[in-house]
Amino acid sequence: MSITTTARALDLLQRAVNSDIYHSFRSSKMVMVAAVVSAVMIIGATFSPILAPHNTLDLASISLIDSLTPPVWMEDGDSRFLLGTDDQGRDMLSAIMHGARVSLFVGFASVLFAMVLGVSLGLISGYAGGFLDSFIMRAAEIQLSFPAILIALLIDGIFRGALDAKTHDELAVYVMILAIGLSFWVQYARTVRSSTLVEKGKEYVEAARVTGLPPFLIVFRHILPNVTGPLLVIATINLALAIITEATLSFLGVGVPPTEPSLGTLIRIGNDFLFSGEWWITIFPGVALAVLVLAVNLLGDWLRDALNPKLR
Amino acid sequence: MGLRRSLIAVASVAALCVASGAQAKTFKWAFQGDAQSLDPHTLNETFTLGFLSNVYEGLVRRGPDLQIEPSLAESWELLDPNHWRFTLRKGVKFHNGNDFNADDVVFTFDRIRMDGSDIKTKVAPDTKVVKVDDHTVDFITTKPNPIVYYEWDNVLIMDKEWSEEHNAAAPTDVTKDSENFAAFNANGTGPFTVESRETDVRTVFKPNADWWGEAKHNVTEGIFTPISSDATRVAALLSGEIDMMYPVPVQDIKRIDSNSGTVTLTGPELRTIFLGMDQSRDELLYSSVKGKNPLKDKRVREAFYKAIDIETIRKKIMRNLSTPSAIMVSPFLFSKSSKYERIGYDPEASKALLADAGYPDGFELGMDCPNNRYVNDEAICQAVVAMLAKVGVKVNLLAQPKAQYFKKVLGYDTSFYLLGWTPGSFDSWNVMYNLLSCRDDAVGRAKFNLGGYCNAELDKLTDEVLVETDPATRDSKIEAAYDMLAADIGYIPLHQQGLAWAKKDSVDLVQRADNQFMLHFVNVK
Repeated sequence: MSITTTARALDLLQRAVNSDIYHSFRSSKMVMVAAVVSAVMIIGATFSPILAPHNTLDLASISLIDSLTPPVWMEDGDSRFLLGTDDQGRDMLSAIMHGARVSLFVGFASVLFAMVLGVSLGLISGYAGGFLDSFIMRAAEIQLSFPAILIALLIDGIFRGALDAKTHDELAVYVMILAIGLSFWVQYARTVRSSTLVEKGKEYVEAARVTGLPPFLIVFRHILPNVTGPLLVIATINLALAIITEATLSFLGVGVPPTEPSLGTLIRIGNDFLFSGEWWITIFPGVALAVLVLAVNLLGDWLRDALNPKLR
Repeated sequence: MGLRRSLIAVASVAALCVASGAQAKTFKWAFQGDAQSLDPHTLNETFTLGFLSNVYEGLVRRGPDLQIEPSLAESWELLDPNHWRFTLRKGVKFHNGNDFNADDVVFTFDRIRMDGSDIKTKVAPDTKVVKVDDHTVDFITTKPNPIVYYEWDNVLIMDKEWSEEHNAAAPTDVTKDSENFAAFNANGTGPFTVESRETDVRTVFKPNADWWGEAKHNVTEGIFTPISSDATRVAALLSGEIDMMYPVPVQDIKRIDSNSGTVTLTGPELRTIFLGMDQSRDELLYSSVKGKNPLKDKRVREAFYKAIDIETIRKKIMRNLSTPSAIMVSPFLFSKSSKYERIGYDPEASKALLADAGYPDGFELGMDCPNNRYVNDEAICQAVVAMLAKVGVKVNLLAQPKAQYFKKVLGYDTSFYLLGWTPGSFDSWNVMYNLLSCRDDAVGRAKFNLGGYCNAELDKLTDEVLVETDPATRDSKIEAAYDMLAADIGYIPLHQQGLAWAKKDSVDLVQRADNQFMLHFVNVK
């Protein structure tokens, strides 16, 4: 990163803190609550190996005798298991914390992947124009006409066919990141392309071109820093979407394997026990997922409004 | 005028619909997986064979109490100890209109002994099948076999002309990706025809109007849907979307019984669920141990046995709908089974045995498990994995749908697996021949002994039991074989699972103890 971009970023940060955004953050209780909830969940999930009361990934520590224990406030509850245990005797609270970690990892990584891909294609499309532009944008439009979940299912299906079951289980998390990332790149590409079209005609780009800089450098060193503004908003909203998509895929049984359960996998496992009264196995992961997605979404919505000059 | 005419048309169409609705008896049922194939010789699995027994028939069949009845064969007699004569039923037609005759029987018995057939073990490789005339077939064995036809209810007869015409004279091999016409189309002699089939989605059956027997059902259309999710299957029954489903997830039996209009049928099943271990390879597959096979060491097998807490599995996973077992056959099928007791659960002794065998820190190995075949199969495997983890053995579980699972393990590509077995003849010889004797791939002996357990003396007893006619001597030989197996710890028997079906009150059907469901006995009120 060059000095100019660092300075620019610092400047941006300072302006952000001093200005309307910070003010609007302080003035909305809901956003503050959402931020706190998100922070707690992200910290709880990230540091789950240290914070969780049990290590549910270590099979030697779980015992079938403890299975199907209800939450602690119910009859037969056990103080060791705050939210009860599942059919194999895993502590639900720890399982949720570990599960949220997988969900968040997949969410963040796939958003990052989609962003890198989408921004690169958007920049190329906007700057190069002509045939390349048409080609990329038509491909984007075709993909937009399919729901993201369908694309993710398709990509996962291809990998499932190409890899044997064992390899697929091992790589499941990365396949998931690839599948979700590939189904979300379009928004970034379209946004960046339109900003690039605007920036392309400005004097500083002209000046850079006159000095003989190669297009690659013009695009990444000069245009890119000026089109990143809206990306943060898209990324935040997409993070919630990516988490939901991962949970949906895992719920359908095509996501991460049960040996490394995400929130969606936990809901799927618990689903089998809904009729028999062991509601805590599915309800708690469900609530955790809903709260996490809602909090992230509220943050995203607020960020969108706060950064929108028309609403200021 | 035009309006009036169209109104009359609508009314008469509606009347027609109502009229046919009153008579149409559609029966919808669900199982946790689909039949592997429509080819009746592809997989020796209770569900697939039971499913296809609605469409295809064997020379004999089994009634509601599992007693053997004549089917495509009207009668049979023993001419001399090695020579059986079967008289075939006359006037039977396949669904495509072809006549059923001795050529089809000879063809079928050749077909099931070809490469790729999974039911090779139902007839000895050196048995001669000879056509005498169009409706008489002789079976000439090299050794006397008093129970030669006991498993022939599951040797489903195919039409020679139809199979050859469609290039399906050889069976499709479940361990390979080969498929042929017979895997997607069915042409049997049975009481139902396959109207349409989408693999893993839906199969529609229609009654065969030209069937030779007397129909004991009133079904005009049977629709089968595989529903792998337990909760979805229960919900489908509770909401009335289907009329019958099995297996019932054990945790939901109470819920279904307390719901008005639905009821569960439970009972002991003849199936034994067990763990198998690779004892033939010199180096274990999917393991951290290189250059040797720890499972060849009896101490390691005993350590595995002692690490498993079967009582907790019974209580917590099977919710008491299982009977822990010490032998590889249901107590209903062997009179002396009560003398056998399981080796007790003792994790400390298990650890000591592992240390003694040279694995004080345990080792790592892979395990194969189906996830839609037996009651709570995947949950049992997960529990076994956790229990072995407690004694230091790290098991990497690969739980797959049965289509992929069988493809893998029947190719012997496994080191540790969970399997269930119901002897097709309801007799211990079937268990000994298929699971306990030494594997001989050339003749298909012990084809389902996936871990390659081999004890020469037990192997010898298997052949003796087959030809032994005195019941007491026969039982004591079987007993000796089970003693040897227990001493060797060749397998780890887990339990006999319970049978749990659920249906609407408005449906009558027959629950057979071998867990085969026959559309032929269904009556819809």
